[in-house]
Amino acid sequence: MGSEYTPTILQGQQTSDDEILAKTPLDTKALGGDSSVIIMELLQRFKVRDVMKRQIISIARSATLREAQRLMRENRISGLPVCEEGRLYGIVSVNDIINGLDRGWMSDACEKHMATNLVVLEAGMPLAFALRYFNNYTYGRFPVLDSNRKLVGIVSQRDVMRALLYELSVEIRKLERKTSNNTQERAAGESYFRREWAVVRNDLSRAGHAANDIKSILRERKVDRTVSRRVAVAAYELEINICIHSHGGVLVLLISDETVTITAKDRGPGIPDIEWACRDGTSTANDWIRSMGFGAGMGLSNSKRVADKFDIQSEVGKFTKVTCTFNLKKQQEGAGS
Amino acid sequence: MTADEICAKVDGVLAVPVEDAAASGVYVGDLLSDVMGHAGEDCALVTIQNHLNTIAVCTLVGCSVLVICHNRPIPPDMAEGAAREGVAIVTTPLSQYAAALALSSLPPAEH
Repeated sequence: MGSEYTPTILQGQQTSDDEILAKTPLDTKALGGDSSVIIMELLQRFKVRDVMKRQIISIARSATLREAQRLMRENRISGLPVCEEGRLYGIVSVNDIINGLDRGWMSDACEKHMATNLVVLEAGMPLAFALRYFNNYTYGRFPVLDSNRKLVGIVSQRDVMRALLYELSVEIRKLERKTSNNTQERAAGESYFRREWAVVRNDLSRAGHAANDIKSILRERKVDRTVSRRVAVAAYELEINICIHSHGGVLVLLISDETVTITAKDRGPGIPDIEWACRDGTSTANDWIRSMGFGAGMGLSNSKRVADKFDIQSEVGKFTKVTCTFNLKKQQEGAGS
Repeated sequence: MTADEICAKVDGVLAVPVEDAAASGVYVGDLLSDVMGHAGEDCALVTIQNHLNTIAVCTLVGCSVLVICHNRPIPPDMAEGAAREGVAIVTTPLSQYAAALALSSLPPAEH
């Protein structure tokens, strides 16, 4: 009561796509075999439901704080969900117990003193999302709800770490086996500048990273400001698209004397109707992507609008490849919008 | 207009101060793709999107003052990102429209 806590109830959708992705094997080759990328892939591939504890010790709303205290002590837990028939009403924390002892509230019902502004996670959210919330809030654990808003688990930082360490050890062993026959390839053509960024599915915390690098590179190479901005807009949109719609992929920057080209290639699921996807305002993004200001269906049309040449190819179940080309010469004559 | 002046106009708090941060116009939008496509350079961006990606968008469009409405809290990673990229953040109790009205002496910043 009286706290300045702002409730953040996260909402998400669990699509069948998530289920498919959970079973998709790691493709380290497509991501360049970079170990930090592998960690990020793991954080995306694993969902909260894969690491959460499913046995929930909870208490009813009418139970007293003293009962809550006993349950917490016996089970050595510092937070107790107040839950009836799967519905989460609040959480009783150690702090509530301390206050209860201090002010003589121990015989009061839990519902009178529990915290009701809760930050919760959804079972289908990627682990990266959970980690961000551990970072941004001071809670040691979050209740986990399923798509019907029913309490299905509890996840702590320890659960996340344990799962990650185990999976990492498996991946490192795989990598070690690979490195012996891993030869570095260099792109030919000295007059070109080429750089590539891996883009990880659903990792919105890093989205914009490649677009920002691209903008800096163009600035260093003294590319016209308006062209740089148009390139950055397309790069950002395509980066976000790979991030929120695909299973992951790469963004490639190619600069020649005449043009700047941004190519975004992902590993599926592909676009069944390209014409529909390129139309302004059409999108297949889920709710939590939309709640962050993305997924409004403007990405492809924005990229198309800023580019001098736009090409898109896609094969359902395999890939989508978008290429945006920007003329460097034409701009000096005052063209481009 | 400096970030401090903007802060005073919207009755806000300077959550992330940045030296010399200023704006010559205003853009209002919660849809980051729309902001990307249409916000002009050197604008103050008025939005409710209180997360790190908003900072990425600000740096890409060249906005150095961000006004977050409804006193939405600034997560630590967002504050760090803003300080690193030189984007001042003002939090205000006002809504987007009320904040826009408070900043009406600045012109619209559209690309």
